[in-house]
Amino acid sequence: MQSALDPAGHEAAQVSHLFEAMVIGGAVIFTAMIGLLLYAVQDHKRRRTVSEEGAAKLILWGTVGTVAVLFVLLAVSLSVWSGLRQWDPEPGAPQLQISVTGEQFWWRVTYHPSDGQSVVTAANEIRIPVGQRVNFILNSADMIHSFWIPPLGGKMDMIPGRTNHLSLLATKPGVFRGVCAEFCGESHALMAFAAVAMEPADFDAWLAARANPSPAAAGGEGLQAFLRQGCSACHTINGTPAAGKVGPDLSHVGSRQSIGAGILPNTVETIARFIREPDMVKPGVMMPSYAMLPENEIQAIATYLKGLE
Amino acid sequence: MSARGTKKGGGTAKAPGSDDRQKREAQEKRLRAVWKSPSGWRYWTSVNNTDIGVWYASTAFMFMLFAGVLALMVRTQLAVPDNDFLSADVYNQAFTLHGTVMMFLFAVPIFEAFAIFVLPGMLGTRELPFPRLSAFGFWSFLLGGVFVCGSIFFGAAPNSGWFMYPPLATSEDAGIGADIWLLGLSFIEVASLAAAVELIVGIMKFRAPGMRINMMPLFAWYLLIVAGMILFAFPPLIAGDILFEAQRLLDWPFFDTSRGGDPILWQHLFWIFGHPEVYIVFLPAIALMAMIVPTFAQRPIVGYSWIVLAAVGTGFLSFGLWVHHMFATGLPTISLAFFSAASEAVAIPTGVQIFVFIATLLAGRVIFSVPMLFGAGGLAIFVIGGLTGVMVAIAPFDWQAHDTYFVVAHLHYVLIGGMLFPIVAGLYYYYPLIGGKLLSARLGKIAFWLMFVGFNVAFFPMHLTGLRGMPRRVFTYPEELGWDWLNLISTVGAFVFATGVLVVVFDAVRPKGKALDASRNPWNAGTMEWATPPSENWGMRSIPEVKSRYPLWEEKELLREIDEGRWYLPDAQEGRREALMTSVLDGEPQEVFRVPGTSYLAFICAMTLGGVFIAMTYHAWWLALISAVAFFVALMGWIWTGTGQIPEKNEKDVGRGLKLPLYVSGQPSAGWWAMFITMIGDGTAFGSLLFGYFFYWTIHEDYTAGLPGPGMVWPLVALGLFVAAWLIMIISKRLNSAGRVGLFRLALVASLLLTVAGSGAGLAGPWLYDMNPELHVYPAIVWTLVIWTVAHAGVGVIMQAFCLAGSFAGRLTPRYDKDIHNVVLFWHFMAVTAVFTFAVIGLFPRAL
Repeated sequence: MQSALDPAGHEAAQVSHLFEAMVIGGAVIFTAMIGLLLYAVQDHKRRRTVSEEGAAKLILWGTVGTVAVLFVLLAVSLSVWSGLRQWDPEPGAPQLQISVTGEQFWWRVTYHPSDGQSVVTAANEIRIPVGQRVNFILNSADMIHSFWIPPLGGKMDMIPGRTNHLSLLATKPGVFRGVCAEFCGESHALMAFAAVAMEPADFDAWLAARANPSPAAAGGEGLQAFLRQGCSACHTINGTPAAGKVGPDLSHVGSRQSIGAGILPNTVETIARFIREPDMVKPGVMMPSYAMLPENEIQAIATYLKGLE
Repeated sequence: MSARGTKKGGGTAKAPGSDDRQKREAQEKRLRAVWKSPSGWRYWTSVNNTDIGVWYASTAFMFMLFAGVLALMVRTQLAVPDNDFLSADVYNQAFTLHGTVMMFLFAVPIFEAFAIFVLPGMLGTRELPFPRLSAFGFWSFLLGGVFVCGSIFFGAAPNSGWFMYPPLATSEDAGIGADIWLLGLSFIEVASLAAAVELIVGIMKFRAPGMRINMMPLFAWYLLIVAGMILFAFPPLIAGDILFEAQRLLDWPFFDTSRGGDPILWQHLFWIFGHPEVYIVFLPAIALMAMIVPTFAQRPIVGYSWIVLAAVGTGFLSFGLWVHHMFATGLPTISLAFFSAASEAVAIPTGVQIFVFIATLLAGRVIFSVPMLFGAGGLAIFVIGGLTGVMVAIAPFDWQAHDTYFVVAHLHYVLIGGMLFPIVAGLYYYYPLIGGKLLSARLGKIAFWLMFVGFNVAFFPMHLTGLRGMPRRVFTYPEELGWDWLNLISTVGAFVFATGVLVVVFDAVRPKGKALDASRNPWNAGTMEWATPPSENWGMRSIPEVKSRYPLWEEKELLREIDEGRWYLPDAQEGRREALMTSVLDGEPQEVFRVPGTSYLAFICAMTLGGVFIAMTYHAWWLALISAVAFFVALMGWIWTGTGQIPEKNEKDVGRGLKLPLYVSGQPSAGWWAMFITMIGDGTAFGSLLFGYFFYWTIHEDYTAGLPGPGMVWPLVALGLFVAAWLIMIISKRLNSAGRVGLFRLALVASLLLTVAGSGAGLAGPWLYDMNPELHVYPAIVWTLVIWTVAHAGVGVIMQAFCLAGSFAGRLTPRYDKDIHNVVLFWHFMAVTAVFTFAVIGLFPRAL
């Protein structure tokens, strides 16, 4: 689910083919070089000495060979390259734009549908339609991060003060794991997300549903505790007074593949654990620990959040 | 022991009479006394290249072992998924320090150590020209290295990666570790630059007579290229460090996007250093191979000009590749394509060097031994690293591989195959020159196979781990991703590899009572370093004329003639350490150079300068100031007593009827070259700061952000005053040569005053226009350029005062005028710096 060698996207497939070709070529060159080297280091009693002219010819032809191989490689790779990313903008085609902002240590995700539907905000999970090119608008709120979904394509850095673009085309449905690839601080290792490629019809339905509050949003005790303990200062839950913008949007957190930016399975227990000891789960996280809450409140909040589908 | 080889050869030529022998013994007694290392605790004030070389190499190896232990901690943490052997923070410190120490405290210093140790012999001379500078470099390296490494024991080690990207490394997260990195390593970089100056001057000016530049041993060629690369690669990093530390200490926003800064500038400056750095590390190791391969092929290298050109080409190309570390930063496609092609191109000269080795072996009669084993094994590993390098040079592939374990595998294949294995080969090869004993061939073979197998087991799987999606610098990973067994294999391999390294260390340090005595030239090599006896400190017994690339092969009598003192400078009548200075291209003798001897000043300078950097790390400003003053005093003492001494006579008979002057000033002199080379490096750092100025101009619509500039008047006044000061310096040199000492002193004073006035005018611009460097990057970069220039003017003023004092003290006279030549040379660069600074800050905003 996180392998670049098991592609489910256009760019990843192209690069994977290129890699296979390079491995075969590299293996041939390596075998030839090592064969030559092993022959050359034989004790002088076991092989005859080559004349100086002959040896000099090896340097000449070796160099010519190196140049030729590199030219072929460069030509092939440029032809592959021209089909990727910004060289293939599909002018005029309606395109889904998804802006993703890297933050220590999670992902703020905003969908901008091409047909003028309302903008949808989410976090730590990205869903895209299969067979449609999606344009990612990449930013960072703090450190340099790098956005990478290996089975779909290569990575692109998220740099404060700059906006980068990445265009990806998923060719197979599936759930893939994306990660931050640029070292961004203490819990860089714990900054992942699920990338879900869906059939376009399913995707459209999903996105439309996400524009509305979760049916469970108006929950009872869980929501009350959530608001009472100040969770809403940082988190948003659509359809409730919680509208904080500092932390991840939790409007549909119950339906996510995982919690904590791709590091824990999504269950009531793990949500409760995250509330209790976020700094143990994810060192250096911004969220303070809420271990001092009564256990029944933690359970109520966790159950409520898990219900937000 | 050392005389054994010579007696055999000596018998056939002519039986030396007893007079002859007595004379020789008297000469040897004098030479031995002159070149003696101090004893007792004073031993540590020695500046002898053989002492410094061994200290330097041992220290670098110690740091390597330390960084190796960090690597094993990292591997232990990653052995199994969700491990908690190390906390995230300690892990981040460990991998940051591992990379930092291996690059800055092992890979670069170890080649400086080898060079200091073997280069004088190879060039057929006795010492490098500035042995106290070598000592200064070593002590700086030791102090800076211990400071940087020690930080991890206080949990204060740098933790933002060896590349120190802002904003992470400028943020609160980085803590004091970032300052330790910046200041500790800047200090070591200064030492590396000092070593580069030393090596360049040594190679260009201190070859044996007759050793034309196209006859130099390949090691010297490579070192010349590498030292030149250091001169252009380290200054951008130092410039970057200055900007970085200014942001951390003074809140000048060079990398802060909210105030016009940009973190990408650091990436450019870091990798303009960082990529050549890879070749700075790799080329000296290849240079060792270029010495070892001909010896074990028992023939001269095939394709001498090919390999020299290839090394030069690699050096040049390495400066045009840095962007391949930034393929994922969103730079325009066209520039990615250009840097992809350039990165491929560097494989061509690299390939040539490997083909030259194979060709030499094919044409030779190979004797296989431990150095060859490590050499050939390293080459095999390096070829894989080269092939994966060609792959990651292709940007689309790099988008996948970048910042994954694929790159970890690639860089270790390159560095361990292309650097560590050749270094170990070099250790086995040159070990006899240290104490006259061979290392064990049996232990060598055991070590090789442990290291070779362990290395491949550790790093080959990482190619796959990386492409399966494992990013670098993660302290843990979940179980279900298929990385667990790969990581476990890597960890096992790492420990096997480490065992092999330990065998090498054991072999090197074990008591050598029963080890094989090495004969004088145990491998039957052809180059001059094997003419230096390990039991003596004097290097060459006498300095021969060299007529070929492999003198010990071509001239069978040469070694005996050297040892019998039949060549130049066989004696030390005046009780001074001496070497021959020769011309750059043809090796024509020019001067008897008095080599500075034992002194504690180099040690004091290193400790006090280190004190400045360390005190600044902890914001101990008073301590920093006291250290700085102490450093200044020690430095002045060093220069006053150690350079430009007036000799007791004008010329000296060096033997064989050759008479050479004892004092040469201006362009032929060693000091002039040292100044010239230093200022090239200095100019590169200045150029990097200017690059910063224009970088901000290119990324912003209005790079001044509407803030006031320094105006036009003050910068132009400063420019005029500095140009006037420079012109008067040129005139002053002529006045001195013409013997008009009074006018000369007057001119010096005039120029000094103009310099002070120019500095005041330079500072007046940004000061009077209230440019606040904390507000925005535009005032900050203007202030930086002005301060840089004024600081140099301060150095210029000190130099002028030094000349003035010298003139009054009688050490600077119309006949003995080294100082003024070198100071005027400084002033040429000073004038260029001032003109660029003030023209850019004064005129460029108006030219838009």
